[in-house]
Amino acid sequence: MSIIANNIFSQRMPSKQGNMLSDNRIKELREYVASLERPEEALVDLMREAQEAYGYLSDEAAEKVAEIAQVPVIKVDELATFYSLIFRRPVGRKVIFVCDSISCWVMGMENLFERLKARLGIDIGETTADGAFTLLPICCLGACHVAPAMLVGEKLYGNLTPEMIDEILEKERV
Amino acid sequence: MLQPLLTKNFHYGHPATLEEYEASGGYDGLRAALTMTPDEVIKAVIDSGLRGRGGAGFPTGKKWSLTDRKNPGPRYFLVNADEMEPGTFKDRFLMERDPHQVIEGLLISGYATDAAKGYIFIRCEYAEAARALNRAIEEAGSAGFIGSNILGSGFSMEISVHRSAGRYECGEETALMNALEGKRANPRSKPPYPASEGFRMRPTTINNAETVANIPHIIKMGGSAWKSLAAYEGGAGTKLYGVSGRVKKPGLFELPTGTPLREIIETHGGGMRDGYFFKACLPGGASTPLLAPEHMDVRMDFDAVSKIGSRMGTGCVTVLDNTCCIVRAMINNLLFFTRESCGWCTPCRDGLPFVYNILQRIEAGVAEMDELDALEENCETIYPNSFCAFAPGAVDPVRSMMRLFRDEVEAHIKLKRCPCPS
Ligand SMILES: Cc1cc2nc3c(=O)[nH]c(=O)nc-3n(C[C@H](O)[C@H](O)[C@H](O)COP(=O)(O)O)c2cc1C
Ligand code: SF4
Ligand code: FES
Repeated sequence: MSIIANNIFSQRMPSKQGNMLSDNRIKELREYVASLERPEEALVDLMREAQEAYGYLSDEAAEKVAEIAQVPVIKVDELATFYSLIFRRPVGRKVIFVCDSISCWVMGMENLFERLKARLGIDIGETTADGAFTLLPICCLGACHVAPAMLVGEKLYGNLTPEMIDEILEKERV
Repeated sequence: MLQPLLTKNFHYGHPATLEEYEASGGYDGLRAALTMTPDEVIKAVIDSGLRGRGGAGFPTGKKWSLTDRKNPGPRYFLVNADEMEPGTFKDRFLMERDPHQVIEGLLISGYATDAAKGYIFIRCEYAEAARALNRAIEEAGSAGFIGSNILGSGFSMEISVHRSAGRYECGEETALMNALEGKRANPRSKPPYPASEGFRMRPTTINNAETVANIPHIIKMGGSAWKSLAAYEGGAGTKLYGVSGRVKKPGLFELPTGTPLREIIETHGGGMRDGYFFKACLPGGASTPLLAPEHMDVRMDFDAVSKIGSRMGTGCVTVLDNTCCIVRAMINNLLFFTRESCGWCTPCRDGLPFVYNILQRIEAGVAEMDELDALEENCETIYPNSFCAFAPGAVDPVRSMMRLFRDEVEAHIKLKRCPCPS
């Protein structure tokens, strides 16, 4: 499915002016979906693209997805609420996902959370006031050999120490 | 020293290109397979003794022979690359370092089971692996390895990558089929089995990414030659083993199947870091029961690890050292499972939070001794009454804690606090 963008995590804050799926793109996606035998099979990719465009899967974005796939909105919502990486609430421009599974726990992930919470001034699940970052836990990133690990957007960081956090935040802030 | 098979192109440090892959004998397995009949390919896989690397160890050749090939089709072959079992990082390496190997394996698997279409189901967070696979699919397609009439054999197969959106339960095979169909990834009841009614209710075969990556080598070497690579008589082939935790050299190693746990941790993982000692381990992911120091000489092989009350699972070992409170480790595990439960059945959805709460009370030093009975009763009730293998995998490590570390658990209650250094 090469027509659909592969970049998921570089979230934009919701904005009514720009950043929505363009009419052209919607037309393109509609044609693509119409060529499929089973349009529902494209829903995850469509939700991801809509999320990318709107910053999160807002009601409006969910409606667009439903329209493109020609399914009831409730079907989109049913699916969206199953997946932990489809956001039905606004998130920051970048999401910081800190692995809180067992190998990272052994290697001190709790200290990473503490540092991040202190530096960002937010709790887990919250977004910074400037909309730059949302802090979320995530299960094992398949990077246990470099635990503790986290993702910022799509970028993986491993062998982390609390001291490295400041520099990473500096670099990743957009 | 074992000649690396699965890992032979890992040294590039980037996804091996088609050229690099072919220079290492890549796609020769496909060429050879296409001159054989599907039954001959299945026979070679049966002879190899290969067992599924997704965790359960089901014999791969047997699974393929169960696929309904009389049904008019189309049939599907699915590669499970959801890899969300905590502690596990093997499929990521396979896809990021040698994506063509997975693709060649999928093509041969599809040929053997007469599949018209293959899907690689990959977890969302593996963005780099998904890109590597998509690039490799393009390369392989232009070279005539994918598509219609592959290498003039008359066999045709398409391949796509499905990138998921986060949820451990998507890795359960029937839940994965629902996910691919655009439904919530709740598991299905069996029967019907995927071999006759799977994805889109058509005959479907599903294997783990590492399982599939072994196939080209089995075809090139022959089933029994591959089988003989194991560390002991009766074992089969090589296996990716991982070690993480406070060891000197955490990493992923391709070793003869059945290499002892001690050798994996001490020789390949470099042993414990100075000042730490081995207290316990999860031998193959968060759903595998704990092993204690007395188990260090077990052969890491499905049967041998089962015999001592655990499971080899994914073969990626998480080492818990002397600073790790065993109750806190289980709290961490249960947090994962309660969060990831798909919510379909009551024992899992409502029972696991109950277990989690008792563990929290023990750790906080407020639990009474009789709550240990409640803890065990809950585990025993959840285990056989849940709809899929998720919940048994959630409570199994807790049961092993009560078997192996009861003294430490009771110490929390007697002292009314955690006895471990924080
Ligand atoms: C909750 C749950 C999650 C699973 N996750 C995975 C997974 O991420 N990858 C995988 O290969 N198998 C996973 N499995 C096992 C699959 O259901 C299935 O047994 C496996 O893909 C079969 O492949 P194999 O025979 O090659 O091992 C999971 C099972 C359960 C119950
Ligand atoms: S045990 Fe039940 S609730 Fe838990 S993952 Fe399986 S089906 Fe879903
Ligand atoms: S446990 Fe954190 S990356 Fe695996």
